[in-house]
Amino acid sequence: MNAYQEDLLDHYENPSNYGTLPNPHISHEEDNPLCGDRIRIDLLVEDDLITEVRFSGHGCTISQAAASMLTEEIEGKSLTEVKKLSRDDILDMIGIPLGPVRLKCALLALKVLKAGAYGITCWPGEEDE
Amino acid sequence: MHTPHFRPLDVERIRKDFPIFATTPPLAFLDNASSTQTPRPVVEAMDAYYNTYRSNIHRGIYRISEEATAQYERAREKVAQLVNAPRTRQIIFTRNTTESINLIAYSWGSTNIQEGDEIVLTVMEHHSNLVPWQLLAQRTGAVLRFIEITDEGLLDFTHFHDLLTEKTKLVAIGHVSNVLGTINPIQSVITAAHAVGAKVIVDAAQSVPHFQVDVQQLDCDFLAFSGHKMCGPTGIGVLYGKLELLEEMPPFLGGGSMIRSVERDVSSYAELPAKFEAGTPSIAEAIGLGHAVDYITQANLAALQVHEQELLKYAHNRLQEIEGITLYGPSSPHQKAGVISFNMEGIHPHDVAGILDTHSIAIRAGHHCAQPLMKRLDVIATARASFYLYNTIEDVDRLYEGLCRTQDLMTRSQRRRVG
Repeated sequence: MNAYQEDLLDHYENPSNYGTLPNPHISHEEDNPLCGDRIRIDLLVEDDLITEVRFSGHGCTISQAAASMLTEEIEGKSLTEVKKLSRDDILDMIGIPLGPVRLKCALLALKVLKAGAYGITCWPGEEDE
Repeated sequence: MHTPHFRPLDVERIRKDFPIFATTPPLAFLDNASSTQTPRPVVEAMDAYYNTYRSNIHRGIYRISEEATAQYERAREKVAQLVNAPRTRQIIFTRNTTESINLIAYSWGSTNIQEGDEIVLTVMEHHSNLVPWQLLAQRTGAVLRFIEITDEGLLDFTHFHDLLTEKTKLVAIGHVSNVLGTINPIQSVITAAHAVGAKVIVDAAQSVPHFQVDVQQLDCDFLAFSGHKMCGPTGIGVLYGKLELLEEMPPFLGGGSMIRSVERDVSSYAELPAKFEAGTPSIAEAIGLGHAVDYITQANLAALQVHEQELLKYAHNRLQEIEGITLYGPSSPHQKAGVISFNMEGIHPHDVAGILDTHSIAIRAGHHCAQPLMKRLDVIATARASFYLYNTIEDVDRLYEGLCRTQDLMTRSQRRRVG
């Protein structure tokens, strides 16, 4: 049995868009106090379009791979479009079932993105609660 | 060496008392420092309360209420005997260790701690024996001082003696570190603290469940522990205190049960222990704790300690075979209780715990409510395995194999990239 998909491990070992941008239009960083995972996301935005994205930070496979996958997903898309990304979209990318604690690891990157880009501070999936 | 006067634990028989181990493969439960499993006799005792004599205590003038009261107080007697308290009324039931410590910080702290007084802690304290003192210090202007530890995770006794002055009013110390497993020499700590007139509260959450603790021999002023780490249910904890201290202390929570008489503007308070047990307590949970005390004392605490030492020694040897593993805490298992914290090079402890979980192995990963200690160790988190009376050598073997698989899985892509 494979606990982690190969794809997930590849993203962890060879993350896409890892690093920071020198003059980002949007930059936001948060950590998950439960486990110390930390993620920063930098964006360049032109006419609502995300032209460049970088992420940096540290943490477990799930948190870092999810961030890597998210950056691939959003580059070249509009902020309006990206705003629609949900908890379930991230879980589809991760592709393995997650318990409630590790769910936060997976969602940290999206939370950072939404807080930085739209000022949405709650955890994805808890918007209506 | 003399022959011990007890039979070794019959672990196979013990495991039959825990329905949670009946699966195939059995759950390898190695998170006992966090909370333990519950044996049948404890669940049955609580069921009996709910099914046959459910009622409130200390007030009903009818048979089942008298029965509930008797069982609740019987539990207190069992706990008093367990820690050798001189009087049963020195045992206060709380929700958990955290509440016991908060009770002291509010009640004793409000009348005994003033601006400039010093409270001595260690850097390895659980947040439950740290945050209540931070709050007390903020309320009163008292100052917190921290005993440093050596790189091996032992208390720096020279530093402790430097910290002790006539300003020291309280030493709050964990008996056993929930992260490192270090058994602190609290007997010496208490003697030294008393020599400067300071009181000592012992966080015994990780010691009372695992070996004999005698409050009279230790001469500690307060001692706190939780039922759920010793085969008991959640929601029940214990505070022991010296009689003269408890009698002088003002109430913590006000309400029913803790009063003698109530006027419109003022009340007089009940005798111990009721003075500190406002409101309807956790009745079933207290009764369950009483039976948990029976369970671990019948198994024999001395035999339990020997069993955990064997598991710990075996785990130390086994885990050290793994390349790139770092164990935290004393290198000699003799200075430790059954707790083993570790990290594997290049693998986040959450990944370790997550992958082990897929093999039905439960360990803890995180900061273990001891963030200052994590800083001292210069780590973000650790993985931790901790033992209890039902754990086996096979559990440790499965942990070892699980860790090897974790390493294989997590380094495969690295190897592929290099190759």
